[in-house]
Amino acid sequence: MTQTVTRAPAPPLDRPPSAIRLGLSRAAFETRLFFRERDAVIFTFSFPIVLLLIFGSIFADELEGTGLNVSQLYVAGLLGSAAMTGFQNLGIGIAMDRDDGTLKRLLGTPLPRSSYFVGRALNTLFVSFCQVVILLVIGVALFGLELPSEPSTWVTFVWVFVLGVLGSSLLGIAVSSLPRSGRSASAVITMPFVVLQFISGVYIPVTQLPSWLVNIASVFPLKWMCQGFRSVFLGDAGATLELARSYELDRVALVLGAWVVGGLLLCLTTFRWKSRRDG
Amino acid sequence: MTTAVRVRGLTKRYGDVQAVGGIDLDINAGEVFAILGPNGAGKSTTVEIMEGYRTRDAGEVSVLGIDPGRPTREWRSRIGVVLQTADDVAEATVRETVRQFAGYYPNAKDPDEVIEQVGLTDKAGTRIRRLSGGQRRRVDVALGVIGGPDLLFLDEPTTGFDPEARRQFWRLIESMAHQGTTIVLTTHYLDEAEALADRVAVVSGGRIVAEGDPATLGGRATAKARVGWAEEGGHRSHETDTPTRTVLELAGRFDGEVPELTVTRPSLEDVYLQLIETPS
Repeated sequence: MTQTVTRAPAPPLDRPPSAIRLGLSRAAFETRLFFRERDAVIFTFSFPIVLLLIFGSIFADELEGTGLNVSQLYVAGLLGSAAMTGFQNLGIGIAMDRDDGTLKRLLGTPLPRSSYFVGRALNTLFVSFCQVVILLVIGVALFGLELPSEPSTWVTFVWVFVLGVLGSSLLGIAVSSLPRSGRSASAVITMPFVVLQFISGVYIPVTQLPSWLVNIASVFPLKWMCQGFRSVFLGDAGATLELARSYELDRVALVLGAWVVGGLLLCLTTFRWKSRRDG
Repeated sequence: MTTAVRVRGLTKRYGDVQAVGGIDLDINAGEVFAILGPNGAGKSTTVEIMEGYRTRDAGEVSVLGIDPGRPTREWRSRIGVVLQTADDVAEATVRETVRQFAGYYPNAKDPDEVIEQVGLTDKAGTRIRRLSGGQRRRVDVALGVIGGPDLLFLDEPTTGFDPEARRQFWRLIESMAHQGTTIVLTTHYLDEAEALADRVAVVSGGRIVAEGDPATLGGRATAKARVGWAEEGGHRSHETDTPTRTVLELAGRFDGEVPELTVTRPSLEDVYLQLIETPS
């Protein structure tokens, strides 16, 4: 009689794990830790919801005979804001990683540097995605938001979301080098984020802002993300409310794409692995 | 004997401060080497240059045959680093963290075995935030050794340990050294250096002021001994090169037991304090 011996294939020795796989492993690890800080989770997710509930309830009027109401406008704006969470999360999170020794410890291991960023980026994409889903559910359930039926409109939604999250995440990674310490990061990063929200059409329609403010906002990705999301959720009827009487989707793609490339360059040239006290 | 670390003419300056002013070092493979020195002496800077964390101004450095100024991934997987205290990964449990880091290395050790070695098996499921300072430090050590390094750097590893935890930690280091791991540690505790190190270097003012076996450092073994005893209600002492003769004389004088007899040579601490007081 012959005996068959089944043997598990021996693990390959001395082959370092791939950067992509380690990035996925970092993303799972970071996401698990993110959900453990319950207070932070509750406030991250409830902030846009509370704002939507407040604005949606105050401004229930119809918009200049377009058949749209103001709360739908806010859903689109807050979606832009949710997709820009990466700016705030990464700006503060990486500054704290730099301060509490996370970055220094990782630097001493064979973990490829890119895996750290892949992990951070996927974690951000996931958190932003959860926020967007929650906002859409509330928008549809309470404020008469209509989800687009055209597949091409969903395609627009996806590229605005992905380019927007990537561009603002890279901007967040770049600004994480600005705070002097992890403790000051929250204040340093939150201020420009709130200002951007006010001048980019999240809370106040861009048409009601002085043009010099709009010009400043046009440099940053948030204004274009909100514009892209308005095109998805307000449709042709809302185009008359835009400054340019159109959603300018080609310009949206151009500016967001430029932020992805520019943000990457900014990160590569300015990123600090070490805290200031480490010289 | 192969050389694990070779340093020649290393210098590093921060602004006006010359942190390292020309250090030469040879650390042999398989050796436990301790670097002693007061705060600000340049020992952490020296070690961080060897670990690839800091750039140097001048000099040659070779660690496991690689210039740490240009670290490769393969080199990183052969080096273990235990930094001075950090407070990251607070919300992860001990086991999750050790497993996560094990994934970064090609030939990592078994996470549960390493947790056992650092004496944290009871705390494996506890979040790091809830650990005491000494327990946290043991997590740092576990993360430093998880990759099965050929060379392990320990920067003040036992700060904040209680005496029992320190003994346990020493046994861990001894067993790693026994298995052939080269260990470079900085410490403030001279008994630690004496218990663990094959050789020590004393760094002061950015230079090495003494180097050698801790038992003979600074002429310690041949220094004058001090014989102490009690006589006529007071304490008496005598410094001598021939303590045995002194003790015999005393034994004759007291006709048997000499009250409160002690014979001491300068401790490593005495030698060390003398060395750092007079930087060369």
